[in-house]
Amino acid sequence: MSEILVLVDHADGAVRKPALELLTLARRLGAPSAVVLGAGDAAAAIAAKAAEFGAEKVYVADGEEFATRLVVPKVDALTQIAKAAGAAAVLVTSGGEGKEVAARTALRLGSGIITDAVDVEAGADGPVATQSVFAASYQVKSAVTTGAPVITVKPNSVAPEAAPAAGAVENVTVAFTGNAATVTSRTPRVSTGRPELTEAAIVVSGGRGVGAADGFSVVEDLADALGAAVGASRAAVDAGWYPHTNQVGQTGKQVSPQLYIAAGISGAIQHRAGMQTSKTIVAVNKDPEAPIFELVDYGVVGDLFNVLPQLTDQVKAG
Amino acid sequence: MSLRIVVCVKYVPDATGDRRFADDATTDREGVDGLLSELDEYGVEQALRIAEANDGAEVTVLTVGPDDAKDALRKALSMGADKAVHVNDDDIHGSDVIGTSAVLAAALEKTGYDLVVCGMASTDGTMGVLPALLAERLGVAQATLLSEVSVAGGVVSGRRDGDAATELVEAALPAVVSVTDQSGEARYPSFKGIMAAKKKPVQSLDLDDLGIDAGAVGLAGAWTKVAEITARPARTQGQVVTDEGEGGKQLAAYLAEQKFI
Repeated sequence: MSEILVLVDHADGAVRKPALELLTLARRLGAPSAVVLGAGDAAAAIAAKAAEFGAEKVYVADGEEFATRLVVPKVDALTQIAKAAGAAAVLVTSGGEGKEVAARTALRLGSGIITDAVDVEAGADGPVATQSVFAASYQVKSAVTTGAPVITVKPNSVAPEAAPAAGAVENVTVAFTGNAATVTSRTPRVSTGRPELTEAAIVVSGGRGVGAADGFSVVEDLADALGAAVGASRAAVDAGWYPHTNQVGQTGKQVSPQLYIAAGISGAIQHRAGMQTSKTIVAVNKDPEAPIFELVDYGVVGDLFNVLPQLTDQVKAG
Repeated sequence: MSLRIVVCVKYVPDATGDRRFADDATTDREGVDGLLSELDEYGVEQALRIAEANDGAEVTVLTVGPDDAKDALRKALSMGADKAVHVNDDDIHGSDVIGTSAVLAAALEKTGYDLVVCGMASTDGTMGVLPALLAERLGVAQATLLSEVSVAGGVVSGRRDGDAATELVEAALPAVVSVTDQSGEARYPSFKGIMAAKKKPVQSLDLDDLGIDAGAVGLAGAWTKVAEITARPARTQGQVVTDEGEGGKQLAAYLAEQKFI
């Protein structure tokens, strides 16, 4: 069977969930091979996890370049491995850096690229990717027609399924090339202990109606009771009430959880573009005319500072 | 020392309007209202700020697009860019990002640059990979997705906020940068700026000028193909209740019924 390369996203020495989703999708297309770059001592544990989710082979490459030079070392490694393996397709998790690595790799391989797929299936002429476009108002199916397809897939596109495989580790020495920016310092993000926004099954977001940075405590309380991630609308982020890393919307994260709870968010196009594909949408807003209510499965017209704490109590009482 | 800054911008359908596809499965750019992509305004803004901080700097704004794309150039000129380059050729219609990056890279080589500035993504295609592709094609460093950027002594440096970490990055010029919507609010064109823009030079280029074979770009030259487009059915509104003291409990009952709690 043809090899499907999966670039494994990892942080703090652990595999991130979207990589397991990619391995699950890769099995539809061929034999998954994981690519683990710059993981240091954690590579063995990451390789084992990849094998548990279907990796027949695991290519491991290391070097300080992965940490000190921007994007290009990963492109060097992925391109070299894809060529040597004669890979039939390359899957990468959608995200700022993942998309950049995928694009440069595609160009070097002479391959077309599709970004932000929400599904990938095997087709008669190779993989068919589904994208959700124009603020999720259309679904587009497309295929790469030149070269081995390079496809980036959004987190939460499929439920990861274990399928133990050999996971034979192959250490690769990468010939680093090219002109790359230098990373002069790196400050890991401090974990909040909450799930990753793009990976969470439930997201609770606050917007302008939260009124102040302090107001986000009611949003966080509900999120913690539900085991959910916390999001924020652009209005709340621009006001400085919540960090940009939590922004949901066109210029922030695009999320697609099982349940999305919008509190004090009017539902401008900028925000809808980031959450419209959520399975179930719930909103709490004082304004009965807020456009967010057009999208909801269940809505409460009311003050979020009354409704959310009452809901939180109910969840805790469970 | 002169500093040649080129900002790449895109003319996109207005996201607040009705965006749709043309019969050939490309983005409809004719029957809809278009404008300078909002995310590219941040690129223009940062280019202008860098030019203000560096003596002898010149800002050129570059676009690839149909006739109406000149509106995007005009907007950037009225914000303060010095001159514009418009690559316009019917054969470019339908290009994918691989093709578009080839055209832009050739235009950048022809125009000359020390620093290429892009927005973080277009608001229509939303791929966010064009800056990386330009760096690859031009063989220069990429310092992308920056929320802070500055240029001094022939080096561009900035802050890149990723999912897992915040990185400080730097690269010797020439280089390609992209800036996020966190990099600083874009200025509004002044009346004086709007009047001055009318007299600023706009150079038009076509594929012949760039030495690009028409077959290598456009819909026929694309390395990807759209197979099917389906309008997503509008979400149907569910139940909306008004809180009369029990709203949180009612919502809890709904979530329990849906097995979320």
